[in-house]
Amino acid sequence: MTPLLGAGPVIPDFGSGSSCEQTNGWFCTDWLSAHWGDTLQPALVQHVELSLIAVAAGFAIAAVLAIAGFRWHLVDAPVGAVADFLYTIPSLALFQLLVPFTGLTETTVEIALVSYTLLVLYRNMVEGLRGVPDDVLESARGMGLTRLQTFVRVELPLAAPTVLAGLRIATVSTISIATVAAFVVPKGLGEPIFIALDQNLFKTEILAAGGLAVALALAADGLLVLAQRAITPWSRTPA
Amino acid sequence: MEPDARMTLADAFTPHTFVDAFRFIPEHGHLLLVKTGEHLELSFAALGIGILLALPLGLWLGHRHRGLFLALSVSSVGRALPSVVLIAFGITVLGVGFWNNTAALVVLAVPPILTNTYFGVAGVDADAVEAARGMGLTERQILLRIELPLGLSLVIAGIRIAAVFVIATATIAAIAGGGGLGEIIVNPASYGLAGVVAASLCVSALALLTAAALSLVHRAASRRPAPTA
Repeated sequence: MTPLLGAGPVIPDFGSGSSCEQTNGWFCTDWLSAHWGDTLQPALVQHVELSLIAVAAGFAIAAVLAIAGFRWHLVDAPVGAVADFLYTIPSLALFQLLVPFTGLTETTVEIALVSYTLLVLYRNMVEGLRGVPDDVLESARGMGLTRLQTFVRVELPLAAPTVLAGLRIATVSTISIATVAAFVVPKGLGEPIFIALDQNLFKTEILAAGGLAVALALAADGLLVLAQRAITPWSRTPA
Repeated sequence: MEPDARMTLADAFTPHTFVDAFRFIPEHGHLLLVKTGEHLELSFAALGIGILLALPLGLWLGHRHRGLFLALSVSSVGRALPSVVLIAFGITVLGVGFWNNTAALVVLAVPPILTNTYFGVAGVDADAVEAARGMGLTERQILLRIELPLGLSLVIAGIRIAAVFVIATATIAAIAGGGGLGEIIVNPASYGLAGVVAASLCVSALALLTAAALSLVHRAASRRPAPTA
């Protein structure tokens, strides 16, 4: 392989890098140790931030909508339709369609990421609440529980496994879609990938950042499985 | 998009860009039509190959009630694999081009179809299958006449998810020279901001129409009465 001439001067510096970097080797460990601190680690931290904010905001919005949709059936169909509509818009297009309004900012990224979490969170919350058997509700009423007590002590715990299953899907999808954010703001694990694509396809950086994104999604999924077992020890959903 | 290009565009985007975008669509109708055609070509090639691979495998595994672990893990790994990473891996390993992009998109199309087909078929009432077996139907007949019709609703839901994923990711494939509407979106220097927004509107419409069409098929399949076994 010939040395890559005219590559960008910053990262990676093919001219003064190791022979592995100069020949664009598959996995240059020396590049990794040199640029973990200034490239990969910040991108990973930003990625976690972008995803966490989106999932938290999405969860809060979906929870309000789900309680409304559960209580009033009339609300359910339109909310579900809007969430499905948002979910269907391709991520890159949604980011670009928001830019004229909110600019090349993190707000744009978060609005798009939140809108992708709504469908699965809302659906699972409503489905979980509806799934509570009638005779259970009847016994709660028979025991003299008020409407609020029934909701907090009976309906929420019984809906929890379905809600948490939705949270797992939403979290993993958000981490995955957050890589597209780099089209809008230079943040997250998508950014080193785009830089590497521009730098004559610097393989090490693409594989490392891509691998980190996949690992982050799988780790988050694993953590949520553990949380699920801790919160609802009575239910065992397959991984 | 190059980081530098992204920075200089920051101030140029205003709500007025939307008005310009709606002007862009009739003015560049031919360009958008060509790009939409490319987009559909890439998406349908990937979806078609994905169905050819995942549907038979899902049917077979579901019928035999084997590979539960595979059906579950393939969908969680599929979800965890970001489309940008998939396309970037595709460029790195396979290089640039139509078929290389198609291959990357097939990887994305397979998991939802495989998983939904598996659960559609495996979830069919065991009594119905047993009754069919007792009536002397062959395994093939059981699969095609009992399990597939009863599980069809889930199978089509899986194809719908895959179609939406593939159309969305085909947009991102433009960074790998995949053509299609994404090529306009990632190239504001050539097509202008109005072009970027116009192409975003087109690709959104494409995804929404495809999803709506498959929803209609889904509804028709769900309404279909179960065959008398």
